[in-house]
Amino acid sequence: MKVAIITFPGSNCDYDLYKCVQLVGGDPEFRWHRDSSLGKVDAVMLPGGFSYGDYLRAGAIATMSPIMEAVKEFAGHGGPVLGICNGFQMLCEANLLPGALLRNNSLLFCSKEVALSVENNSTIFTELYKPERKLRMPIAHAEGNYYANEETLAQLEEEGRVMFRYIDPQGKSTDGSNPNGSANNIAGIINTRGNVMGMMPHPERAVENILGSVDGLDLFKSLLNHISASKKV
Amino acid sequence: MSRLRLEIRVVPRPGLLDPEGKAIQSGLQSLNYSDIHDVRVGKLLLIELDADSPQDAIDHATSMCQRLLANPVTEDFEIKLLEDSGNSG
Repeated sequence: MKVAIITFPGSNCDYDLYKCVQLVGGDPEFRWHRDSSLGKVDAVMLPGGFSYGDYLRAGAIATMSPIMEAVKEFAGHGGPVLGICNGFQMLCEANLLPGALLRNNSLLFCSKEVALSVENNSTIFTELYKPERKLRMPIAHAEGNYYANEETLAQLEEEGRVMFRYIDPQGKSTDGSNPNGSANNIAGIINTRGNVMGMMPHPERAVENILGSVDGLDLFKSLLNHISASKKV
Repeated sequence: MSRLRLEIRVVPRPGLLDPEGKAIQSGLQSLNYSDIHDVRVGKLLLIELDADSPQDAIDHATSMCQRLLANPVTEDFEIKLLEDSGNSG
């Protein structure tokens, strides 16, 4: 699995992603925001960080980078694209995913471990997760408050496109377990076609015991499995 | 072609939670400005550009707002041509 990891000025999770892709047996390659081509790759990952200093709106200016045209084209052809944290913000700003990520309702930068439910395990990013499995992953953001209008939210729910939700230790998605005010406790969503996923929690920071959780590993393994299987056909 | 100045205001859409506005409101209330009902925080952009006419400048700015300056999901924008526009040019 050859994965393009896009580095923007201000990205800070690009190396974490690189290591993580290697860890599951994939072949990561960096691409710079000024590149205009992705080359021949099987997947694209947009890392977390503070691209362009979060000026204007988090992720907004990054979507104007030359490489993003190539990412849109790749996604348009069904190529898998994963956006984490700032990457999720970019995917919304680029209209590859619906909605927007607003300032956390606490107004605070929120850096902690959260519990997540897996809402849909029949996608290329989540097929190795058992539906009842509860995940632990870190979040670290100031703009992670997922917002979409009522109609869009209803559509996301109806079509099973909510991927992860913030939950309490009992497994319930409650106001108390919602770290940022996200609508319906949404922590991650996928597009209609099922090839573009964005999430605020950091699976790439939950891949080794020393990090406190390995619950992010199966996400990358799911994608790797999917790509390996599709290459055999 | 003349140089024109525009003021663009980008504000969170009505009804949308604006936690920054709420925090400022509570700060003002702490200073005993108790009659405040609402505070909304937006952005003000001052743009100088060359355009054929004021309408041309506004059309350009509208396109900028739709494509980058405002998020169509969460924000509204207003464009105003500044009065001294064109005099300095």
